[in-house]
Amino acid sequence: MSSEKELKIDKIKSGTVIDHLPAGSGPTVLRILGIDSKWGTSVSVAMNVSSKSGKKDIVKVEDRILQKEETDKLGLIANNATINIVENYNVKEKHHVSPSEEMIGVLECKNPKCVTNQGEPVVTNFKVESANPLTLRCKYCERIMEKELLEEQL
Amino acid sequence: MSIKGRDIITIDSLSKADIEQVLSNSAKMQSLLEKGKCDLLKGKVLATLFFEPSTRTRLSFESAMHRLGGSVIGFSEASNTSVKKGETLADTIRTVDQYCDVIAMRHPVEGSAQLAADFSEAPIINGGDGAHTHPTQTLLDLYTIQKEKGKIEGLKIALTGDLKYSRTAHSLSYALSMFGADLVFTTPEELKMGKDFTSALKRDFGVNIEEKTKLEDVVSDVDVMYVTRIQRERFPAPEEYEKVKGVFKVDLELLKNAKKDLKIMHPLPRVDEIAPEVDATEHAIYFQQTYNGIPTRMALIAGVLGVEP
Ligand SMILES: [Zn+2]
Repeated sequence: MSSEKELKIDKIKSGTVIDHLPAGSGPTVLRILGIDSKWGTSVSVAMNVSSKSGKKDIVKVEDRILQKEETDKLGLIANNATINIVENYNVKEKHHVSPSEEMIGVLECKNPKCVTNQGEPVVTNFKVESANPLTLRCKYCERIMEKELLEEQL
Repeated sequence: MSIKGRDIITIDSLSKADIEQVLSNSAKMQSLLEKGKCDLLKGKVLATLFFEPSTRTRLSFESAMHRLGGSVIGFSEASNTSVKKGETLADTIRTVDQYCDVIAMRHPVEGSAQLAADFSEAPIINGGDGAHTHPTQTLLDLYTIQKEKGKIEGLKIALTGDLKYSRTAHSLSYALSMFGADLVFTTPEELKMGKDFTSALKRDFGVNIEEKTKLEDVVSDVDVMYVTRIQRERFPAPEEYEKVKGVFKVDLELLKNAKKDLKIMHPLPRVDEIAPEVDATEHAIYFQQTYNGIPTRMALIAGVLGVEP
């Protein structure tokens, strides 16, 4: 595979390689995956790597499969990315991150007056109104989630 | 598609065709109303759940249901009910749903009408949920304009007062844009309609919007003037409020320059923004507007129950 050279970082034995991330999104992706200084297994992040379609980021995480909630969140910020599941140095499964159209039960509405913050038996539900700029609207109070408040939750 | 079986939560969940249907049914309801007895909804029960008081809106719903020959159950404040005992809104709605065919509710929490709709089989008609929205007001406003002017498209309509915070003004501006009216937002600098909202209306409907800061600059030019209340608490200093209040007052002096057939509307209750001397003029239609709430709510209640006039 010619892309091996482009990757500039080592292959992993098993885990997940998230490729074709928008340049600069690597740190956000680590946050989405909950990877911080206490993380145990091997993680590599390549940022601003040149590729055929411009600069991109790549994140490789050893021994880790993404949860649905995480791919949902990736769909908000990186809908051209690919997720490669690696076993024994081989790509066993590969799929594209599809753009999220709605986010159900993943994010909190930051409007304190919203009915989703009143102890009611309800899951949050946001409609993605636009991908760029990223605009999410609460199904209940219909407020648009402010950019900073959204980033805080990714 | 009709509104049968649907929840009426926000004005933007209704298509233009839905709204046109409600307006034409409102006119039919009005003639039924004026003929006297009607039993279109005999045997049906409306629940009015007013978790915060709004006597005007509640009585209008209840009167509409009585006029349709149906009956009404409900409460007008939450303090005497299980709500105060910590029951969730979801549980209250699931219970009331067993007792009625349609629910009109008002609740202080934003998004509560949508939540109620999630848990109720009976259609929910939103009579206001917090700072959020109040679609029945908008529908009766549209009906009033349509009735008085014979059309909405092409009219030049000024909205004045506190456009920044008024949910009524937002919801009405949306609907008027959908119907092709030209809008003139007339407000003090501090209470201007939000830029994002204005540009979304222009983008989605190609509506013409002018922005002005003085009533005398618009009064001679418009067909309808929709006045909303300016609230004291929006101003940091009392002097600023007094100054704005003095300028944003509709009185006979201002109306000297008005078109002969200018109509003045107000969602009521008013405070000082329209002088009582205006009430007796041909311009004032705010009391008819309140009356129009009855046929409009009749059309809505019957409509969601699948009954046509
Ligand atoms: Zn919300």
